[in-house]
Amino acid sequence: MVLTLIEHGDGEIAETSLEMLTLARDLADQVDEDVSAAMFGGEELAAGLGEYGVDTAYVCGGDLSESYAPEARADALGILMDDLDSAAVIGGGTDTANEVLAHLSAKRDLAMAANTLEVDTDGETCEITRQRWGGSLLEHATMEGETKVFSAPDHELPIEPVGDGEAAVETITPDVDEASFEVAIDRVEEADIEGVPLPEARIVIGGGRGVGGEEDFEQLEELADQFDGATVGATRIAVDEGWVSHDAQIGQTGQKIAPDLYIAAGLSGAVQHWVGAKGSENVLAINTDPEAAIMYKGDYAIVGDLHEVVPELTDAIEAATD
Amino acid sequence: METLACIKRVADTGAEIVLTEDKQSVDASAVGYTMGPHEECAIEEAVQVVEEEGGTSTVLSLGPEDVEDQIYEGIGRGADEGIIMETDGEEWGPESTATAIADGVEERDFDLLFFGNESGDNANYQVGIRVAHQLDLPVVTGIKDFDVDGDTAIAKRDVPGGSEVFEVDTPAVITVKEGLNTPRYPSMRSRMQAKKQELEVLDPKDTEDRLQMQELETPEAEDSEAEVLGEGPEAVDNAVEVLEEMEVL
Repeated sequence: MVLTLIEHGDGEIAETSLEMLTLARDLADQVDEDVSAAMFGGEELAAGLGEYGVDTAYVCGGDLSESYAPEARADALGILMDDLDSAAVIGGGTDTANEVLAHLSAKRDLAMAANTLEVDTDGETCEITRQRWGGSLLEHATMEGETKVFSAPDHELPIEPVGDGEAAVETITPDVDEASFEVAIDRVEEADIEGVPLPEARIVIGGGRGVGGEEDFEQLEELADQFDGATVGATRIAVDEGWVSHDAQIGQTGQKIAPDLYIAAGLSGAVQHWVGAKGSENVLAINTDPEAAIMYKGDYAIVGDLHEVVPELTDAIEAATD
Repeated sequence: METLACIKRVADTGAEIVLTEDKQSVDASAVGYTMGPHEECAIEEAVQVVEEEGGTSTVLSLGPEDVEDQIYEGIGRGADEGIIMETDGEEWGPESTATAIADGVEERDFDLLFFGNESGDNANYQVGIRVAHQLDLPVVTGIKDFDVDGDTAIAKRDVPGGSEVFEVDTPAVITVKEGLNTPRYPSMRSRMQAKKQELEVLDPKDTEDRLQMQELETPEAEDSEAEVLGEGPEAVDNAVEVLEEMEVL
């Protein structure tokens, strides 16, 4: 059996879980096994997983789903893993999936490979390809051990519906040790967020070192105001300089964006930034340096000083949309 | 309080990652090494907790001899002590790294052990959690806001629309993310002084990793030259046309 950890929110299965199922099905085919799913809550979504090749979905309710206690969820997965005699346990590319799987791996002494794109197996050793440096580098590795633990990266694998059948749904209450609930979310604090969150923005205006200061970022804000659903983002350097808050950081240690359009102004396109922005549909770079890396990564470029180009662009868009 | 920040050195890459000829590592000869952004915050937090609560802050890294540069950097940033777990330069995987760190600090009474949520290069997402289990300590991950209240650590992490709050008893393992704090930069003077300090050298327990890197590969670049719409403000008319075609206006 290939056991998958399926996450959900806002009444939908998480996309990264559906992406991961593409990897899980491929692995299950190689060892001639079925794919099963473990879920915490979300029973109403479970049957629909059949569309993505899941044979049986096991839904844990009660404390396991109501609170988030990573170690307890890992224990529940471990119990299922044993019951189903699983060859592999796989989760999607979220911090929570990686956290739960790392607990499982640590407690049960299993090897774990995060950000795995491909697995080839003869039934014992696995040859895998995984991402390093946020996808700027690939690692080819071998993996030993009876049960192997993987997570897939976010936004890399295709979502592939394979059938129209429904998954069998079983509600279970695994007997998890009370001590494993000790670390759990105590409370949730709501934050006041202005504007569209970066990962959801349709248009992102990003600024880097070339923007030059906190006040200069207002030029980018004014450009963003010309679009619906636009938000301003920044590189790590601009955040470190204190020009914008860390919430605006795009990149490996910031947020990942996937807008229809990314306007990259005054930023060179360093690896750590680009891994957060490469999901953009279209990129328009504005840079004084025609040889900057972003000029080779983007689709369109304006060679020039953003302080001159951006206000002009803002006015031109305003005129065009009036 | 006794605090520990575990850091990993990573190549200080710029616009492109270059591999060594044998494809076993990133060629850092031209760019040098640094530490990951998460770990800069781990050090800063370890230092701040001691500034507020008293005690000693320690920076630890597992790596070849010259990883001392990153440990000195941590001392320059305010940590009191440094531990180097010296390796021969071969890459250590997440299992062996965690086992060596847990083995090395087991007998020491650290109240808070800070790690990066994931390393900047290999991002295995598991070293801190494995160390916590080996030491039988609670662990919270992805932390972007941290406070100590007596024997309780109050740790928050970002979720869309707010933050999730965890409260755990110390001693505890805390894995952190960039944005937790604003790391201070060491002054020239503190850098110079840091290098005078003697580091504790530990021989790391060497165990086998079941995940074994065979070879690294730079993925084929999807790079293509961008279509230049023009130079300076004169280019904006072309830009508006392109944006209209994209239907984003």
